[in-house]
Amino acid sequence: MLELSNVNAFYGKAHVLNDLSFEVGRGKVVALLGRNGAGKTTTMKSIMQMVQPRGGSVSYQGQNITGWAPHRVAKAGLGYVPEERRIFTQLTVLENLEVGRQPPRDGCVTWSEEMLFELFPNLAERRGNRGKALSGGEQQMLTIARTLMGNPALVLLDEPSEGIAPVIVEQMARVILQLKQEGLTVLLSEQNLHFAQAVADSVVIIESGTQKFAGSLAALQAQPEIRDAYLSV
Amino acid sequence: MGLFLAQLLTGLANAGALFMVASGLSLIFGVTRIVNFAHGSFYMLGAYVGYTLMQVLPGMVGFWGAILLAGIIVGLIGVIVEICVLRPVYSAPELFQLVATFGVILVIQDLTLMIWGAEDLLGPRAPGLKGVVRILDEPVPQYDLALIAITPFVAFALWYLISKTRVGILVRAATQDREMVGALGVNQSWLFTGVFFLGCALAGLGGAVQLPKGGADLLMDFNILTSVFVVVVIGGMGSLPGAYLAAVIISVLNVFGVSYMPQSTLVLMFVVMVVVLIFRPFGLFGKEEVAGEHGQVGEPERPIKPAGLRVRMLVLAGLVLLGLIPVLGSNFAEVLATDILIFCLFAASLHFMLGQGGLVSFGHAAFFGGGAYVAALLVTYADTPMELAMVLAPLGAGLAAVVIGWVCLRSTGVYFAMLTLAFAQLLWSLVFQWGDITGGDDGLVNIWPSAWASSNTVFFYLALVICVGGILLLRHAAHSPFGYALRAARDSARQAEAMGIHTKRIQWVAFAFAGAMAGIAGGLFVFSKGSVFPNELEIARSFDALIVVFLGGVKTLSGGWVGGASFEAVKDYLTRFEYWRLALGLLIIGVVILAPEGIVGSLRKLGERIGFLNAAEDKR
Repeated sequence: MLELSNVNAFYGKAHVLNDLSFEVGRGKVVALLGRNGAGKTTTMKSIMQMVQPRGGSVSYQGQNITGWAPHRVAKAGLGYVPEERRIFTQLTVLENLEVGRQPPRDGCVTWSEEMLFELFPNLAERRGNRGKALSGGEQQMLTIARTLMGNPALVLLDEPSEGIAPVIVEQMARVILQLKQEGLTVLLSEQNLHFAQAVADSVVIIESGTQKFAGSLAALQAQPEIRDAYLSV
Repeated sequence: MGLFLAQLLTGLANAGALFMVASGLSLIFGVTRIVNFAHGSFYMLGAYVGYTLMQVLPGMVGFWGAILLAGIIVGLIGVIVEICVLRPVYSAPELFQLVATFGVILVIQDLTLMIWGAEDLLGPRAPGLKGVVRILDEPVPQYDLALIAITPFVAFALWYLISKTRVGILVRAATQDREMVGALGVNQSWLFTGVFFLGCALAGLGGAVQLPKGGADLLMDFNILTSVFVVVVIGGMGSLPGAYLAAVIISVLNVFGVSYMPQSTLVLMFVVMVVVLIFRPFGLFGKEEVAGEHGQVGEPERPIKPAGLRVRMLVLAGLVLLGLIPVLGSNFAEVLATDILIFCLFAASLHFMLGQGGLVSFGHAAFFGGGAYVAALLVTYADTPMELAMVLAPLGAGLAAVVIGWVCLRSTGVYFAMLTLAFAQLLWSLVFQWGDITGGDDGLVNIWPSAWASSNTVFFYLALVICVGGILLLRHAAHSPFGYALRAARDSARQAEAMGIHTKRIQWVAFAFAGAMAGIAGGLFVFSKGSVFPNELEIARSFDALIVVFLGGVKTLSGGWVGGASFEAVKDYLTRFEYWRLALGLLIIGVVILAPEGIVGSLRKLGERIGFLNAAEDKR
């Protein structure tokens, strides 16, 4: 469904991604693991073309999307959930969802506000509140809900468990599994191996922008030295 | 009581056009982060287009139809400008786009002159609303009452559009984080174009709607620009109710000012603005700007290095050539070179503050003109010799900068810029309206250099030494620990604070230093011309310096003077033609699109490519 081949990305002259190549299969949940600064967010942004790769290609459903404008990538069915919870703080919860709204897409769930409130009950009570009044966990839920309003086929979740309460982390894990059940494909980036183990089918590990491992969870369990070297467990 | 009420009503009526123009500017800035200098030009176009349409369309329907159509046509012109001029430069460094909009001002000025001629046009009166209504025995024009009634509807329609429709939600979302809006599948280019259409259409509407009260002339663009900036700043960037309230305050104030304090109408507006900003640094309804949080674009800054041997040799050769001008060139060349040198020092002083300090001032002419007036006043009233006057000019300008800087630095970003503009206008209006002392519009004349420096040749060498010295001093300051601290405060104020740098104080010193350096240029200027007029303090003068700094290259050390020299030389050549503004405007737009790094930045790239300069080594 999504395929990166030899993706290279730079910030100015700094080389931040080095020949990344991996695949995300339809209906799968893939975890992109690595420490802080390993290049996870840049990988996500390179897929969305918010950072334009300078070499290599990203293809989605067999189509080369490298060099597209981010809004075109989103329209094609990729939903991006940023790490820093970039919700629109001056807008209400409902307005935030409205920004994400896109027409229904064949073969994907068509989300309505009510369905999303079912998925995230906390948001339902706060639909009229401004984004800035939400707690960190609620903001994280809103970011996901907002992206789902675009009826994506594939969701890029950037560190969904970062900096939120453990109870909410559990809820996040349930949501991801539910999305998978609904037929969505998910690529999530994580530092937390336990969280990834709970939801992912396979993992990709990167360190300093270079790919160190790609394979199933079981394969990773069989190579504890990789886990110890590149992840802080 | 009757008079009071009548004046209040006039003020309210005047607020209509002002509100429309100001809300347009605020809207465009909110979403695109572009301070549209050309907004006054769209207002002017609205008046001219409306005038022509009113000639063609008959009756009451024709009149109001003409106003509406004028808005739409101006909006469409705005779309053309957005697509052709701004779209190519959205990714350029922040604020660079305003240079392009300045080019647009010039182009629109000359095109308007070509189409409608130089004569002022008297606006037609509104059919069916030509009379007056007596309120408490005072005549109030019916049209004024109509405007008072219409404006709230326009305001309400705008408010509805922004707060209740999907487009409005997208606009507000983009105001906060446009990249994220794009990542959610919204085509930002069309959103930008749409907002530009709306903003320009509002300006056009404002221009057309005031026709029966004012008319159309070629000075409208700059005349309204200041009031609009003031309104937007008092109300708070991006706030519609704020814009409305501020438009009312300013308009009413103006009407009362004209009747009770005719000497200080212009000053009054800025006094109110300064007072408001001292208590509410982001305007009545504004919120703190968090610019650059998610909008930072472009490459990271290059570290500043001392010039290499080759560049030094090149500059030395240039200086030698300059020094030979009196030997080789004509008398005219000396005078022109003197002008250029003075302007270069002025531009370099702004460049220092803007490039090193990240302090974008829209009113740097305050210190250039300020220095010039200090010298001129000293000569006129105290018979001060040239030498002393030239020393006191930067001192005076520097002192003014200390005071103005203290107030302005309470704000940041675009508010800071607007405040500096307001202070420059405040000085300008003081000089302009305080005719007894400053000569007002007639300026101060007969200010000649001392006998020893009275020949063009000697004065040229004097200017050469002072200006080159000044530019070298600015350059030296950039390489000093003071320069490091200033750049630290620019790049990351919080981190700099944490390292023990008192960022506000550093910026304050830089502001005063730049002001004093501009004052030196101003002092030289008076004696080179023998006179000074209020236009040395004008917005146009401030904008000249600003444009030059951006054209030269903000992110380079020599951008200020290189830009200044090129601009003055080109301008001197172009002003020989009738439509020089058009040519200059197109040239500016061309440079902006083709060389977004400025002249020096682009030359440096070229130099590195052909191997004349060493390419910057990889920083990692």
